[in-house]
Amino acid sequence: MNTADQYLKAIYLVQDIENGPASTGSIAELLDVSPASANEMIGKLEGRELCIHEKYKGVKLTDEGILRAREALKHYCIIERFLYEVLEVEEFRAEAKQLEPVIDETVAERLDTIIDRSPDCPDCFDAEADVCGLLTGELEQSQ
Amino acid sequence: MSLRTPVGSDHQLARLLQIGIVLEEVVEARAAKHAAETEDLDDETKELLEEAATESADHRQRLEELVAELDAETIGFEEIQRLVEEQYEADQDFDGVLYDQLCNEETAYKFYDDLIEAIEETDTAFSIDREHVLSTLRELRAEEKEGVEEVTELMERRD
Repeated sequence: MNTADQYLKAIYLVQDIENGPASTGSIAELLDVSPASANEMIGKLEGRELCIHEKYKGVKLTDEGILRAREALKHYCIIERFLYEVLEVEEFRAEAKQLEPVIDETVAERLDTIIDRSPDCPDCFDAEADVCGLLTGELEQSQ
Repeated sequence: MSLRTPVGSDHQLARLLQIGIVLEEVVEARAAKHAAETEDLDDETKELLEEAATESADHRQRLEELVAELDAETIGFEEIQRLVEEQYEADQDFDGVLYDQLCNEETAYKFYDDLIEAIEETDTAFSIDREHVLSTLRELRAEEKEGVEEVTELMERRD
């Protein structure tokens, strides 16, 4: 997943958590980057009409930005679920974050052929817990 | 510019190689299943699928050797075969056996290409010889590229 898609996904999740425009500070925190780096990338995304940045209010995705963010979130869910279901990785959340830059969408789609993902994906993603909500339920049942 | 370094340790390298093994296992299982179960399959397509399954088995063995050197475990082929079987019915809308095989080859090619780039970009010192890993991955990438070309040529001859 490329850097732009990781940002779009982060903005989408922060908008969900903050129930409105996403603050650049929260976006930077979620991505573990400096606010200056986040601002620079948000500017690039705005130039590509994927988001709108209003001073003192925050960042909002455009319709095209939302579409791309949801695709990126779906691919992220595939990586999380694949690590948990197939490779049985306990620290699947941390590892999914680490691996997402090198797992392309075509690779994620192929991994998707062997996992059991909900048709509701990515709406099942719990933004605050930063994990697929259905996977959280499975985790609780297995404990 | 990546946000995080995906191959910053032996553990992460082993994890990515494990994913490569699973991708090869998926290719092997799906190609073998198509070759064995698709009705009215012509000899040329059947032969291509059987060769693809054999090549994937060879690829995963070479990846398994690298993973073993990193002291990590791999997921057995039987387990992946079971998962492919379980989810297979859900993929009936895939446009034909050859298209599926093209996706298999292209996905593996893209995976090796991204992994090679990520390893080349990092200065992490692995316990395994970096050049040995890279040369193996480059060989696998080249074979996947040939695979993409073979399937594409066959598809074009059918048009």
